[in-house]
Amino acid sequence: MVGWDEVTHGVVLNSFEQEVENVAHIRPEERPYSDFSSYTATVASWRVIKPVYNRDICIDCQNCWVWCPDTSIISRDKQMLGIDYDHCKGCGVCVEVCPTNPKSLLMFAEAEDLESALSQWPEKKKKEKK
Amino acid sequence: MAEKMQLNEVEVWDGNYAAAQALRQAQVDVVAAYPITPSTPIVETYGAFVANGYIDGEYVMVESEHGAMSTCVGAAAAGGRVATATSSQGYMLMVEVLYQASGMRLPIVLNVVNRALASPLNVRGDHGDMYLGRDSGWVQLDAFNAQEAYDLNLCAFKIGEDINVRLPVMVHQDGFVTSHTAQNIHPLSDDEAYAFVGDYKPVEEMLDFSKPVTYGAQTEEDWHYEHKAKQHRALMDSYTVIDRVFDEFEKKTGRKYKRLETYMMEDAEVAILALGSTVETSILAAKQLREEEGIKAGVVAPRCIRPFPFEELRESLAGLKCVAALDRSCPMGAMGALYNETCGALATIPADQRPMVTNFIYGLGGRDFSVEEAKRIFREQKANADVGYITTPVQQFSGLRGPKLGFYEMKRS
Repeated sequence: MVGWDEVTHGVVLNSFEQEVENVAHIRPEERPYSDFSSYTATVASWRVIKPVYNRDICIDCQNCWVWCPDTSIISRDKQMLGIDYDHCKGCGVCVEVCPTNPKSLLMFAEAEDLESALSQWPEKKKKEKK
Repeated sequence: MAEKMQLNEVEVWDGNYAAAQALRQAQVDVVAAYPITPSTPIVETYGAFVANGYIDGEYVMVESEHGAMSTCVGAAAAGGRVATATSSQGYMLMVEVLYQASGMRLPIVLNVVNRALASPLNVRGDHGDMYLGRDSGWVQLDAFNAQEAYDLNLCAFKIGEDINVRLPVMVHQDGFVTSHTAQNIHPLSDDEAYAFVGDYKPVEEMLDFSKPVTYGAQTEEDWHYEHKAKQHRALMDSYTVIDRVFDEFEKKTGRKYKRLETYMMEDAEVAILALGSTVETSILAAKQLREEEGIKAGVVAPRCIRPFPFEELRESLAGLKCVAALDRSCPMGAMGALYNETCGALATIPADQRPMVTNFIYGLGGRDFSVEEAKRIFREQKANADVGYITTPVQQFSGLRGPKLGFYEMKRS
């Protein structure tokens, strides 16, 4: 534990251990995040239900990536890869904005495993005739 | 580049205009404005300077004083040189954010044109608002006239931005008496003033993308105590930087400022301790009394309300017979703040060298404080000094209509 004379000036917390350049072009897992960054702290325990992602239906529209309030959608080169369960709080926004039929993201109980979740995936809904 | 303004060697400015000119010469990056009487002309004049091309920075019109100080905090954290002005109720609304500014160690300059606090509503000057922010962690400087409002604003940037201080600074001046009364001012040229203030070098600014930072994080009992201790230490130690900046200013202009100003104190027997424009009134009274009645009167005035000049007060008041601490604010159920802090400084002196201290409440809500009134206070101190004990109530209300009002009668057995 550091003493009062060693605490940072003005309660400033540095996101990274050292200076970084072009941080937007470095993948999150490769950035030198400091212990005081929200990236290094998990909030998984806040979650009661979780989103599960189905690769077979996803069209990589990036809607979920845009809307996720916690940047918990992992996307590379505009391709959806999965969910960062360390920082997802289970709000369900990604599911809400998913445009596919059926949705490629659905909320399940926290304890549900991936295989059983995928086996329960609903069928494509037929359009009602007007 | 901003246009330069051609100034004469002597200009006729009031305190508000002088403060606005100092902000212009410091080339502030962001001024957030929510005007309130009597500080309105500071941001108003500054706005005109921006509109006429004399300033490169931003002028942000906000929705309240709370918003004004919040804007200042944001802009300062982002890495800008920032200033604003306020008074009275506006200052009260800012208080919540004042603590954020000092806690984040952001060198903002705030001009506080002192005015009474409601209710009853009053736009005239007293020191109610000055005392309100005493514990907010800001360096507080007090200007006794318009020239000093200009000078201290230039010093304020240099003090606050020093790497060893990094604290926000307030410059106080008396509402209307100082802020709206024109006087001869000796300004520096734009180049000289800017060279004195210097370029602003922000540290850990939020707009440095290579080193992103979080400001004002939550700490709870884990770290709050340590951060506050560090802040207290920084403010306590800031006097060395203040002294250095005042020295540099004297070398440049010949105008000498001290953290505790003293007048005719070399051989004084009795003294008035005061703040703001009252200091000049008291000096005038002391001079007249020395000539007319031979009373050895002196005046002591803290230039620096925070950090409070304890040591200097002790030195200048030790050996004196009587001191009257004047508070232009109603303390409500206690002695005045200046009285209390002065007594705190004097408590460390051995009893036989310690002066008697009385407290005068005066000039509330802009009630005039005259030379005659100051003389009355001096004479009463002299009477106390002659008998060797306090013959009056410890706290008295000076210049109040109706029967005499005083608190804490000293009982002599």
